[in-house]
Amino acid sequence: MNIYVLLKRTFDTEEKITINDARIEEEGAEFIINPYDEYAVEEAINLRDEHGGEVTVVTIGEEESEKQLRTALAMGADKAVLINTEDDLEDGDQYTTVKILEAFFEDKDVDLILAGNVAIDEASGQVGPRLAERLDIPYVTTITSITIDGETVQIERDVEGDVEKVDTSLPLLVTCQQGLNEPRYPSLPGIMKAKKKPLEELELDDLDLDEDDVEPKTKTVDIFLPPEKEAGKVLEGEIDDQVKELVSLLRNEAKVL
Amino acid sequence: MGKKMLVIGEAREGALRNVTFEAIAAAKQISPDGEVVGVLCGDGDLTEQGNEMVYCGADRVITVSDEKLKTYTSEGYGQAIKAVIDDESPEGIVMGHTAVGKDLTPKLASKLETGLISDATEVSNEGGNVIFTRPIYSGKAFEKKIITDGVIFATIRPNNIASLDRDDSRSGEVTSKSVEIADLRTIIKDIIRKGSEGVDLSESKVIVAGGRGVKSTEGFEPLEELAEVLGGAVGASRGACDAGYCDYSLQIGQTGKVVTPDLYIAAGISGAIQHLAGMSNSKVIVAINKDPEANIFNVADYGIVGDLFEVVPKLIEEIKQIKVNA
Repeated sequence: MNIYVLLKRTFDTEEKITINDARIEEEGAEFIINPYDEYAVEEAINLRDEHGGEVTVVTIGEEESEKQLRTALAMGADKAVLINTEDDLEDGDQYTTVKILEAFFEDKDVDLILAGNVAIDEASGQVGPRLAERLDIPYVTTITSITIDGETVQIERDVEGDVEKVDTSLPLLVTCQQGLNEPRYPSLPGIMKAKKKPLEELELDDLDLDEDDVEPKTKTVDIFLPPEKEAGKVLEGEIDDQVKELVSLLRNEAKVL
Repeated sequence: MGKKMLVIGEAREGALRNVTFEAIAAAKQISPDGEVVGVLCGDGDLTEQGNEMVYCGADRVITVSDEKLKTYTSEGYGQAIKAVIDDESPEGIVMGHTAVGKDLTPKLASKLETGLISDATEVSNEGGNVIFTRPIYSGKAFEKKIITDGVIFATIRPNNIASLDRDDSRSGEVTSKSVEIADLRTIIKDIIRKGSEGVDLSESKVIVAGGRGVKSTEGFEPLEELAEVLGGAVGASRGACDAGYCDYSLQIGQTGKVVTPDLYIAAGISGAIQHLAGMSNSKVIVAINKDPEANIFNVADYGIVGDLFEVVPKLIEEIKQIKVNA
């Protein structure tokens, strides 16, 4: 099976966000593989081990994204592709991303594409479904289980807490939800091997695209932090009295009861 | 000049979800003088649901009814709604940012080759410039975003934009359109309902969430009871999910759901930054925790330092009392 994983480099979830000149300050921040994409990498490796084939991890980003690709290779992916847009693109949106991916996949023989349910930074969840539409393959989002038997695929997906059982077929794109698996940590031998695995670097030019082809359809005009929440009132006294006071405050002050 | 706005309605178990009405209000904010056209998919007679959209502000509604649209699939709904879009050529499209909205709208945007602003919490029209505010980094920051080219297409987060008052004296045409739906490549075999009494986390006005301090699956029982008394839903921190006390579908935080209820009660949750990202924009936050130093108290409006297993049952009783007296 030809399995592809779409991967994004994101801020570590531990990071506080600071803003500098209407941009998110990246200086000094730790970066990770988007946690939902980690589920995708893990599942891809498991499916390859079961059915044979090859796992290719693809990211769009900058030179620095190589680190996250190497991590995915160390986990067990076979190949990685970095589509480096650093020199070509100032801004982009999901339209841009999918235009690039569409061009990348144009000449590829794909059985399965796995992506995260959302990226924890921009959290649009658009790229997976948008890409599937461009490639004219079915997609299933927020999956928590996948079983492949020949061409047929059985999936369980999380729909706001309910479980939906879906039958579909390859080729297919899925987006991965928490609960799908427990991503492994790269082993030391895995890390050593990853250094020698192929990592291809492409630019827009290599995909026969120029800046105009991928011009975004949306634009961010401002970024700001939510108002700092002031620490509220910690109640005092006997628990019974605190509970009474709390209910009264919720009723009369906060007016939510 | 007014724009023609399409609002994609969504029903669950036969009733329209509130976010449908919020989406109508958002469409009105985008274009106050515009025409709001509702669209509904399903099977059977959808006239009643169509009328509900009219009562809540839609000028007219188009329904597409077909056996293949009985349960939602992106392919089925995608074909039906694309056909309506081709007929109507709307200048704007709004839908709720629900599981269905998240799944369907990127497909439509990709078909139409347009931009899409997902999960907006606010819409403003500043001299004809339509600006959407949306959380990024799970609510650690916000961005203002505009569509620069083509249809104004957005999904809105439930529970953030107030719907218009329902007025059943409003009238508007509800017409049905038949669309030939091609065979589906994805088939829904079964849906196993696990959600708590049909109250979804993202739409719930009240959420009672438990963390590691809940200690076990059984430990969630008092929280479930409190949620029931308040007509809310139960959520959890990653700690509680990782420990196996509850399902990952309940997880609130940077991974998991981002919620903005009117009232968020955090019980036995320490308040890791990842959890705060998912809930700190709730309107009122109550923290119950044994540890007075717990980080959750820094974002709570009201805090009780104490054992949740002592506090929560008393809270249930007290709330029951005032409900009886009310």
